[in-house]
Amino acid sequence: MHNFLFGIYPYIALTVLLIGSVARYETDPFTWKSSSSQLLRRRQFILGSVFFHVGVLVIFFGHLIGLLTPIQVFDALGVGHGFKQLLAVIAGGVAGVMALVGGIILLHRRLMDPRIRKTSGFADIAILVLLMAQLVLGLGTIFVSLQHLDGHEMTKFMAWALGIFTFRSDAAAQIADAAPIFKLHIVLGLTIFLLFPFTRLVHMLSAPVRYLWRPGYQVVRSTKGR
Amino acid sequence: MKIRAQIGMVLNLDKCIGCHTCSVTCKNVWTTREGVEYAWFNNVETKPGLGYPTNWEDQKEWKGGWERKASGKLRLKQGSKAQVLANIFGNPNLPEIDDYYEPFDFDHDHLKSAPEMQAFPTARPYSKITGERIEKIEKGPNWEEILGGEFAKRSADYNFEGVQKAIYGEYENTFMMYLPRLCEHCLNPACVASCPSGAIYKREEDGIVLIDQEKCRGWRMCVSGCPYKKIYYNWSTGKSEKCTLCYARLESGQPTVCSETCVGRIRYLGVVLYDADRIEEAASVADEKQLYDAQMGIFLDPRDKTVIAAARAEGIPEDWITAAQNSPIWKMAMEWKIAFPLHPEYRTLPMVWYVPPLSPVQNAASAGQLGTDMGMPDVRSLRIPVQYLANMLTAGDEEPVVQALQRMLAMRGYMRAKSINGAPDESFATRVGMTPAAMDEMYKVMALADYEDRFVIPTSHRAHAEQAYDIRGGCGFTDGNGCSTGISKGNLFGGKKRPLRMPDEVK
Repeated sequence: MHNFLFGIYPYIALTVLLIGSVARYETDPFTWKSSSSQLLRRRQFILGSVFFHVGVLVIFFGHLIGLLTPIQVFDALGVGHGFKQLLAVIAGGVAGVMALVGGIILLHRRLMDPRIRKTSGFADIAILVLLMAQLVLGLGTIFVSLQHLDGHEMTKFMAWALGIFTFRSDAAAQIADAAPIFKLHIVLGLTIFLLFPFTRLVHMLSAPVRYLWRPGYQVVRSTKGR
Repeated sequence: MKIRAQIGMVLNLDKCIGCHTCSVTCKNVWTTREGVEYAWFNNVETKPGLGYPTNWEDQKEWKGGWERKASGKLRLKQGSKAQVLANIFGNPNLPEIDDYYEPFDFDHDHLKSAPEMQAFPTARPYSKITGERIEKIEKGPNWEEILGGEFAKRSADYNFEGVQKAIYGEYENTFMMYLPRLCEHCLNPACVASCPSGAIYKREEDGIVLIDQEKCRGWRMCVSGCPYKKIYYNWSTGKSEKCTLCYARLESGQPTVCSETCVGRIRYLGVVLYDADRIEEAASVADEKQLYDAQMGIFLDPRDKTVIAAARAEGIPEDWITAAQNSPIWKMAMEWKIAFPLHPEYRTLPMVWYVPPLSPVQNAASAGQLGTDMGMPDVRSLRIPVQYLANMLTAGDEEPVVQALQRMLAMRGYMRAKSINGAPDESFATRVGMTPAAMDEMYKVMALADYEDRFVIPTSHRAHAEQAYDIRGGCGFTDGNGCSTGISKGNLFGGKKRPLRMPDEVK
């Protein structure tokens, strides 16, 4: 079971994430959107949404860099394992609380505001609940991490994540003895990856950073030369 | 010089009777779907009033359009690109649906399904968003119809800037006019520049501004970017929508639905040629009152030989050049200067222009002894204050509006002399800087307003626009996803929203 959840399930989840997203973008671009409900109710939205998004973005990039950078890079830079873990705990903790507060505001709004409730689909509510659960689990891991401040546990997860992406068959074994809350956090995280293409989360792939250096300030669609 | 053609519109407010036929036919064609019940691509407002959405004209509140920085460069009023992106999680300038109105319908079914009871059954309103009963409708698409509501509220109208407005609250002195509004299809559109996804674009061949429904991600910056609030967020599909200038009709040479159905025959459609290289220069002149002149400056005379040659070189089809030469827009806005852009101070260079309305002389007391200068009253004594019109149409500069009103009055005097006295009096024309021939033509275009004088629309050259081979077997206009209707009844990717449930009482 452990092997399946941490050795095979990651590949299933990532494959669905990748192929599902491409399939949706190609076959159903009309549904590719952020599904903002700000127009229907402004109250609670701006505070909740800004807190939630900023928190989640910090957490996302924290995980991305923290898990997928080979440990040798940190060693070469002279970043101690204990220090790196402390940084992760503090930054992740602050961002996690931010995201949780924002998310709770948004969830309250989604469930309690009749306009938002009536215009929500099952996926809109379910994915928000899952994200909240994931945030709670993630914040819960902090208490376990504080038991061992040397950063040893953390390096196991780094080895596992890197192992998955480098197709090492022993990846799952790296975290065989991790605390259950970590394992739960990982399984739920992979599940969110799995569900990603079927929810509104896809809008994050369209983050419009290109806007910053889009040439000119007008878009004119020319018909010539086609 | 880079010549482009633009289809523009003129609305002769002097003849608008406020019947809303344009709005209703537009709605029937474009926005009867779920999610845009509240949206009116065309709406008619009674002025003075706050309009729809409430107080849309006041950009201190909504931050729409452009502003000129100290350096002379243009910047979106809602902020630089970085600021726009920073606001993407929560747009502080986005109206709420209540700023338009909560869409409602009436429970008509109850009239025939009600059980036998003491009281007569009524059709009560319910919300089109939640399906819940609305006890009292607080707002609608035209809440200030015929000066509805108290003057104290309506007088917050942005166009009263610099006008001593207190006396217009008195019954004897009040005034009223209609303002039909639609997307301006601007030469310098703020919505296009606001769109983080690059989904909004201006068509090069006719200047129509459209939203690519498959590229729109619902970041909703265009809604706040447009100073006219003519982009509407569809809360059901999560995409923004706007007036398309009925491009499919225009392409086949037909006028837009709003123009075709206008019973007052106030709408004109035609082609104008302009110099696209000078858009930025014209939109960024320092003095707001110069913006009207600056915009006038970038239009090109379609009879000028060098312009024609340049237009041909640019690939503008021959019938488009001919249409530009016969364009009612060119005649009214550029030759006779009796039509003006709406709120040029937003710096978007709008392309729906308005002929200011004449109105009765100020009051009965002065009517008997009015300084009628050869049968023409002083336009400053008209009931609608010139400053009010100028605030709406020329960023506050009264002179162009005064001249337009004088020319319209002069045309009446000239025609009266010609048809009643039987003796044409050329002085009417020359006094306002026009020729008798121009007066005759102005009468034909504005008073008679024949169909072919109002609509001079060249058909599109689809061979230039797209490869016919690529669109074989196509399905014309859809909401996206090829031939799908855009409404999926539950699919893998974000299934159908819950069906709208009516309150039990209604069933």
